[in-house]
Amino acid sequence: MGSYVVSTKEEQQAMLKEVGLESMDQLFSEIPEKVKLNKQWKLPEGISEMEVMNIMEELAGENKVFSHIFRGAGAYAHYIPAIVKSVTSKEEFVTAYTPYQAEVSQGILQSIFEYQTMICELTGMDVSNASVYDGATAAAEAAAMCLQRKKNKILVSRTCHPDVIEVMKTYCYGNGTEFQVVPEKDGHTDLEALKQLLTSDVAGFYVQQPNYYGILEDYETMGRLVHEAKGNYIMGCNPISLAVLKTPGEYGADIAVGEGQPLGMELGFGGPYLGFMAATKEMMRKLPGRIVGETQDKEGERAFVLTLQGREQHIRREKASSNVCSNQALCALTASVYMAAMGKSGMQEAARQCASKAHYLQKSLEEAGLTLKYSQSFFHEFLTETPVAAAQILDALEEKGYLGGLPLGDREILWCATEKNTKQEIDDLVEIVKEVCQTWN
Amino acid sequence: MELIFEKGAKGRGLSILPKNELAPVDFGCHSREKELNLPQMSENELSRHYTQLAKRSRGVNDGFYPLGSCTMKYNPKINESIAGLAGFSKIHPMQSQHTTQGCLKVLKKAEEALCEITGMDGMTFQPAAGAHGEFTGLLLIKAYHLSRGNVGRKKIIVPDSAHGTNPASAVMAGFEVVNIPSTKEGIVDLDALRDAVGEDTAGLMLTNPNTVGIFDKNILEITDIVHEAGGLNYYDGANLNAIMGQVRPGDMGFDVIHLNLHKTFATPHGGGGPGSGPVGCKAFLAEFLPGCQVAGEEELYFEKPKHSVGKVKAFYGNFLVVVKALAYILNLGCDGIAEASQNAVLNANYMAKKLMNLYDIAFEGNWMHEFVMSLEELKKKTGVSAMDIAKGLLDYGIHPPTMYFPLIVHEALMVEPTETESRETLDRAIEVFEKLYDQAQKEPEKLHNAPVSTPVGRPDEVKAARHPILRYSFE
Repeated sequence: MGSYVVSTKEEQQAMLKEVGLESMDQLFSEIPEKVKLNKQWKLPEGISEMEVMNIMEELAGENKVFSHIFRGAGAYAHYIPAIVKSVTSKEEFVTAYTPYQAEVSQGILQSIFEYQTMICELTGMDVSNASVYDGATAAAEAAAMCLQRKKNKILVSRTCHPDVIEVMKTYCYGNGTEFQVVPEKDGHTDLEALKQLLTSDVAGFYVQQPNYYGILEDYETMGRLVHEAKGNYIMGCNPISLAVLKTPGEYGADIAVGEGQPLGMELGFGGPYLGFMAATKEMMRKLPGRIVGETQDKEGERAFVLTLQGREQHIRREKASSNVCSNQALCALTASVYMAAMGKSGMQEAARQCASKAHYLQKSLEEAGLTLKYSQSFFHEFLTETPVAAAQILDALEEKGYLGGLPLGDREILWCATEKNTKQEIDDLVEIVKEVCQTWN
Repeated sequence: MELIFEKGAKGRGLSILPKNELAPVDFGCHSREKELNLPQMSENELSRHYTQLAKRSRGVNDGFYPLGSCTMKYNPKINESIAGLAGFSKIHPMQSQHTTQGCLKVLKKAEEALCEITGMDGMTFQPAAGAHGEFTGLLLIKAYHLSRGNVGRKKIIVPDSAHGTNPASAVMAGFEVVNIPSTKEGIVDLDALRDAVGEDTAGLMLTNPNTVGIFDKNILEITDIVHEAGGLNYYDGANLNAIMGQVRPGDMGFDVIHLNLHKTFATPHGGGGPGSGPVGCKAFLAEFLPGCQVAGEEELYFEKPKHSVGKVKAFYGNFLVVVKALAYILNLGCDGIAEASQNAVLNANYMAKKLMNLYDIAFEGNWMHEFVMSLEELKKKTGVSAMDIAKGLLDYGIHPPTMYFPLIVHEALMVEPTETESRETLDRAIEVFEKLYDQAQKEPEKLHNAPVSTPVGRPDEVKAARHPILRYSFE
């Protein structure tokens, strides 16, 4: 049996004696006899650390690790600078609780304050919270921020990530908010339909930049339409793209959210990731979750604290703006270290290379016989139609160690390239695709 | 201390990426015009900055952390190594399922083990934290009642000792909250509960042992009352560390539960997350679970439950946290898990019994894994508050207990030592508590000014809230 209990059996007996008991069972005397756990329950006996490692290594070995990844769709393979892991594995950060005790938590509080600043810089917004669970829950929380007495409808564009749409729908089901999806037209939000759907009861509209197909939409017009209808404009953004693309702040968004995973987090089969949330000053007090503020101690020394806690569940209970308690603090730290390590020029370079490589991939795939489905400008993802079954292309790639794009239909593939992919890698991938197309077409 | 933005200099930086070997892309009207201010510093400066921040932080690794209701137990190192294996950390969530059989097996094994520990039949790992789990569990209750045409079951009963997340989650799931009082023994008032239930009852949310560390001996009667009224019972798993391996929520009449893997199952808190808040349920609720469940015997696959409430998070939850928890469970096994709860309860009782001579302990009785001290009398007598004692502890290198919670105890300090502390650590903490008690009588003003040995003194929280400065200004 493995154990992290410190006391030996003898010490335990001595301590029992000191509290006036004879056996461990007496500690649980309030538990009704008839439901006490039978000793024969089905959990196996404990094993040694070495055996645990062997079992878990074997399980990890049953997954295929791709060395060449051309799939995104909400989770992106970027290069992670070495310093990121070195910082985020420091035990003071890893094993701390939420920084309730400010005097011994200045390091974590300051790191969150710095994170909030970087998120504001990236999004062009006024204020940021300390994070929520992921991009999808950030979108759902943002929608909840917009609700008012006579505005109880949320609109979402069909061009958003399907998981984001579904999570927002689930949250709306929860609190009884009307939820409607704005249809798409040729890979972007159907603006005519949006106009029709923007009735006076719309609290907020959510759209994604770049959208699920990688496309950059007309965010200016959509923002104007939403504001004309007196609704709030929520933009979900890829954080790396924001180093070179117009920010939600510049588009006049009221709330900016997004999936922070590209900022130094592993793919990790979907989590833990990071939901970032930023808003205008006007909406500051509606933000959910922790927020860190700067103040001073009695000596005038700069100090940081959790602040504006009047919004939160531990104070407001059923009147709280959200139930968020634990967030993704260590992931927020990861994002900060990533952004600091990359710096302004590194972030811009990563974004530019994502775009360069994705566009080179797109042109090369067209030469191999695939066609681009939508012609609008895109960032680092794009949708192609395939002359043969998508599965045939993807199976052939998988065999050679390439994770190809995500099949969205029998003959549609959503591709992604990042700064991590090299020209050689792209050329090799295209050769394989070409061969499949020639053989089967 | 200087902020990261006050360090470095223009033009400094790391060399991370190679030169772009391909043609640039012009984004035209989509291009960013706004200046982007990010740090410009060398790796050495960056590394030292974060080392400084780490030194101004405090984790379980730095010492005793008896933060009530948070279960700050030791986080085993092997679990971190396992979560770092490329076979887990480098797996794309949208890989085809035949290439992720290992991940699916992790989810399946974790589900089987945790269902056995809690007496549940099905479990989802989508929720990312405890509060997220509460919201999810309540959605199952909502979907269940609606599926039976019971549109009028809109009320969730919550005892006044409950965590603040309980009522907040209930509102997010569209319920009205009915608060019921506790008895003077600190447990559920059965008469108040009987009065509260009715045809509008959707369910009850309960932590057991509750937030004052008392196991509610009427638990079977409580869950019966709710069931007989047609409601369901929700178990808030925040305090499962007290009873795992001793009794199971599923055997006590609970229909839905959430767990906090970052408390009970030893995954680290990361300064406030990421956690993992899986939700377990009885078989009759499994059809409403969110996201996808792992199915199959030889070849595993994801399957959407028939009447799923819909996803509550993208992909499958905080997967790497589940990996760590599974490693912990395999390591401890049935015997180790029971041993953990025994020692968690023993350590709390040991501390409580030694402190009760000086401090008032709320709801005297059989404490479980934690106990709550009320400093109301001490404050009346000396002016020294729970906050003062908490801050005094900081000067002795002890992380304070949870302060001013639960709300039903005045001047509360909630102490949860956990099973991974030695008797010497407990003895020393007891000694410090005694010293502080003594100091409260003799030099109360010193405690009002504590702490004095930390990087900063008590921050001005009022100023922070009145004039919020929430980001660094580059102007």
